[in-house]
Amino acid sequence: MSSSSSSTVWKRDHFIKNPFLRWTVIILVTAYVLYALNDMNLNWARMKSGLPRAVDFFHRMFPPDFSRWTMIQRGVLESLQMAIISTTISIILAVPLSLGAARNISVRWVYLLSRAFVVVARSFPPILVAIIFVKAFGFGPFPGILTLAFTALGFMGKLLGEAIENIDPGQVEAIRATGANWFKVQLYGVAPQVLPRYVGLSIYLLDINLRASTIIGIVGAGGIGGALFNAFHRYEYDTALAILIVIIAIVLVMEFISSKVRGRLQ
Amino acid sequence: MFSVKNLVKIYPTGQHALKGCSVDIDKAQIVSIFGPSGAGKSTFIRCINRLVEPTSGKVYLDGVEITGLKGKDLHEARRKMGMIFQEYNLIERLTVMENVLSGRLGYVGFLQAMFRRFPQDYVDEAFHLLERVGLEGYHNQRADALSGGQRQRVGIVRALIQHPKILLVDEPTSGLDPKTAMIIMQLIADLAKEKGIPAIVNIHDVALGQQYADRIIGLTEGEVVFDGPPSEVTAETLTQIYGEEDWSKTIRKVEDEEE
Repeated sequence: MSSSSSSTVWKRDHFIKNPFLRWTVIILVTAYVLYALNDMNLNWARMKSGLPRAVDFFHRMFPPDFSRWTMIQRGVLESLQMAIISTTISIILAVPLSLGAARNISVRWVYLLSRAFVVVARSFPPILVAIIFVKAFGFGPFPGILTLAFTALGFMGKLLGEAIENIDPGQVEAIRATGANWFKVQLYGVAPQVLPRYVGLSIYLLDINLRASTIIGIVGAGGIGGALFNAFHRYEYDTALAILIVIIAIVLVMEFISSKVRGRLQ
Repeated sequence: MFSVKNLVKIYPTGQHALKGCSVDIDKAQIVSIFGPSGAGKSTFIRCINRLVEPTSGKVYLDGVEITGLKGKDLHEARRKMGMIFQEYNLIERLTVMENVLSGRLGYVGFLQAMFRRFPQDYVDEAFHLLERVGLEGYHNQRADALSGGQRQRVGIVRALIQHPKILLVDEPTSGLDPKTAMIIMQLIADLAKEKGIPAIVNIHDVALGQQYADRIIGLTEGEVVFDGPPSEVTAETLTQIYGEEDWSKTIRKVEDEEE
């Protein structure tokens, strides 16, 4: 008990140890956030005047109008097809890409090339890619499928590539030691280790592509998004709500299925 | 039948792992390699089947210079060398049978391997070998469901189904309890004798290594410092290999077991 006078006070080190530097960073960040808030004209007056308009807009959406069901159905089916086709393309191409993007498997120039592709594919949001592809290939689901496949490939190349980089090298070594060639080493040494991850990512990708396929139609790349955009354009908010409800329903169903399948993979 | 001439390995980090090791094995014998951690034992064994590329030196197996081979020829040479690993290195998610048959990957085509269509005689032999090591009925178990001793048995079968001319064994017992370790060493020694092939065994456990070996090689800092029968291993030898320590107990243990 008497030893308390000699005990050492312990405090966790600050993330930035130098107190002068620490306070400088805190003050500068705070000042910039305040400046930015002011600069962006984020104020209550605008919020207040806008709210009634938003409420009015919301009112005009009800009740949802499903009268143009055939048009909605066609759009939804197109979105679904776009999602399935683009996912299939990207999960097939992802196999060589992710092997190329894995440092432990690849040779240097293939690795750099694959990584460069992944970085490019991931740095553009789908909507931007869709705009470019629509410009290049014209309206319709074709540029839409290309868009989804391209962005999905970046996603798969990165995540599957990283999964491959984290495999147990001992298992690969053992297969090499049997005299198996490169392809058979991938088949027995690498594939079994990343297969559950691959299947999980593929299902997740279908999920992502389905969501994205409902959006890129806004810039003319096919699917239900075009119909949604047109409905807003013609002030047919009730039809727009009907479309939104269908999209949400599909996404929920997809979410349910994918979580079930991924749960069984564990 | 097997010969290593002046093997040198310098890693890109500058580490001089092997400084000119030469070993000749002219009959089917169990060769235990002793040496402290970092002495180059693992590097030595991996330079033989070129999982690690030696910097210089030559390795011959049945008159073929392994160190000069490339591509397909190297793969074919590796088929003749069965390897058994410290951490078993089984493909965890595959079944025992798939792991065993992976030892024959060098003999089947890609599609055969992919769809698991291995020739019936390979499958027959796999069943036979599994029975021989006491794993009858385990063929459909996943490797990650097995115990350490069982895994190493699968590792032994995978190496043997290659019909190797030599066994390369890297610390086969380091993760196992003493009894299992003895059983595994006995199995490796028996099977090597049965097949009439030599085995090079890296091993930490001096007593175990002496008990099953026909010949001991001491490796220290990348150099062979001892090469002789187990009976010639004395406290001085162990000091030479591992450094100063009281070795009397370690050695007596072996003599006790032999009585």
